[in-house]
Amino acid sequence: MPSVVRAPIRESVRVVGGPDGRIAGPGMAGDGLGLFHRLRLQAPAVADAARPGQFVHVRCAPPGQWDPLLRRPLSLHRIDRSRGEIEVLFRVVGRGTGFLAGLAAGDEVDLIGPLGQGFPTDLAPGETAVLVAGGIGVAPLVALAEELAAKGAPLVAAAGAQTAEGLLAVESLGKAAGEVLTATDDGSAGHRGFVTEVLAGLLDHVARPVVYACGPEPMLRRVQAMLAEEGRRRRGYLSLETRMACGVGACLGCAIRQAKPGTAYYHVCHDGPVFAAEEVVLGG
Amino acid sequence: MADLGVVFAGLKLKNPVMTASGTFGYGREYGRFFALGGLGAVVTKGITLEARAGNPGPRVVETPAGMLNSIGLENPGVERFIDEELPSLRQAGAPVIVNVSGHTVDEYGEVAARLDTAGGVAALEINVSCPNVDQGGMAFGVDPATVATVVGGCRRRTRLPLITKLTPNVTDLTVIARAAVDAGSDALSLINTLVGMVIDPVARKPVLPRTVGGLSGPAVRPVAVRAVYEVAAAVDRPIIGLGGVATAEDALQFIMAGASAVAVGTAFFVDPLAAVKVVDGLAAWCERHGVDWIGELVGAANPAFKGPRPGRA
Repeated sequence: MPSVVRAPIRESVRVVGGPDGRIAGPGMAGDGLGLFHRLRLQAPAVADAARPGQFVHVRCAPPGQWDPLLRRPLSLHRIDRSRGEIEVLFRVVGRGTGFLAGLAAGDEVDLIGPLGQGFPTDLAPGETAVLVAGGIGVAPLVALAEELAAKGAPLVAAAGAQTAEGLLAVESLGKAAGEVLTATDDGSAGHRGFVTEVLAGLLDHVARPVVYACGPEPMLRRVQAMLAEEGRRRRGYLSLETRMACGVGACLGCAIRQAKPGTAYYHVCHDGPVFAAEEVVLGG
Repeated sequence: MADLGVVFAGLKLKNPVMTASGTFGYGREYGRFFALGGLGAVVTKGITLEARAGNPGPRVVETPAGMLNSIGLENPGVERFIDEELPSLRQAGAPVIVNVSGHTVDEYGEVAARLDTAGGVAALEINVSCPNVDQGGMAFGVDPATVATVVGGCRRRTRLPLITKLTPNVTDLTVIARAAVDAGSDALSLINTLVGMVIDPVARKPVLPRTVGGLSGPAVRPVAVRAVYEVAAAVDRPIIGLGGVATAEDALQFIMAGASAVAVGTAFFVDPLAAVKVVDGLAAWCERHGVDWIGELVGAANPAFKGPRPGRA
């Protein structure tokens, strides 16, 4: 992975759109928990420097308050350089994201970014980008699809969720990628089953796929296994999520085990969040 | 302009604000946000003799106004530290205090000896909160005799000032503090993290794979202030006060309890400029309250403060 040496930008930015939470997440109800939100922020310096796959580290308490303490890492969902805006997509899972859900247009947000290593987007002639999203894992893939489309790179996309309601941002993804193949656990939209089953079909038909995946860990493990299949090793990148404290490589809190022999760790905030699929051991 | 300079354990500091070991790496990451030369001193992440990979994740979990960490002393080992990290730290413009960690008494002494001759190291901070592998993993720092052995072992291997970092996970901190001082510690820093646990009810198990982690952040501040107050009344050695320092007002509590210096730690994760703001805030506070020199405030709220007051730099 290349090392970003550019200093991250730390700025106070304004909410220009959202939170627009409407969709209740599966298995949760009440108090706004489980709601998905899109937040649009006026952040020209971050938008200018950002690459798809990078994240911003967002303060989730008012200035001068220390609870909830830690920033929340949110991947860049959309990067709009011409308007100097970025979008993040998040689900309310606790107090930090609850705070973000309570923001309104005009409010100030303290963020650091862009942080981490983004998706490598250089495709060789004949290669096709295959984007695979699981649930809220669609977040960084929309920014990626938009960049790939702008470069004229061939791409296809698949998105999965537990139910049709949980299929997020499929319109945005489709606008950049053309058709989006969908899968839901309950069959309420698209293929009934896992999005990795849709991916298997795509891999059979796309000549030289380069896979970009983001989603829950079991899904990413399955993608990893598919890419490593004997005799047909393929290029692929995973965007990972971990508990994180500093977000800048200082605290070493976001460890993920390296695949190469030995017991060393990568740090998701600094070495990732995007890794080549064969570089990391998930769930270790 | 109020004078923030202090002489701490023989080190001339332009202000009494340091970084807390383990929260600041080796200065590289936060050096992208501000000039390290504005700090009183940089205290590095703990260094062991050999490289250590650290613990499996998750290594951190948020708690009310705080967090638990279980990093597991991930570090490149003393030789690589000297070759790869120390050269840029020497250019930082602030004294470098290296945190020394180990799992045997000999390991501490060996790391101290290597750093003694490395050049550009101003002092050593001995982290006695590590598990002692020779004694079933119990932390060195909970037993006065073991603390004395570790500190004495380092004392024989280096002429650098020694600062012993005390763990609060003991019944009486003053007993441990006296043992460290009697064994040759020039100064003390306190507190290290408090042992804590968070359980995930859905998974029905602790969130951290090692089950426990070290609690830090504003949540621990009152415990830390009390600890400094007690130790400052028991031993006559300078103290670095730390534990939840996020603002100048927090730092003043430690200083008035008897700390000659303070360290900012977990607050960096929230605000990369936290230490800079503490420095500026201390200067502004002194101005506002007619205090010429920050050293005048050391122990101001502690009638039993034993001293010494820091020297004026």
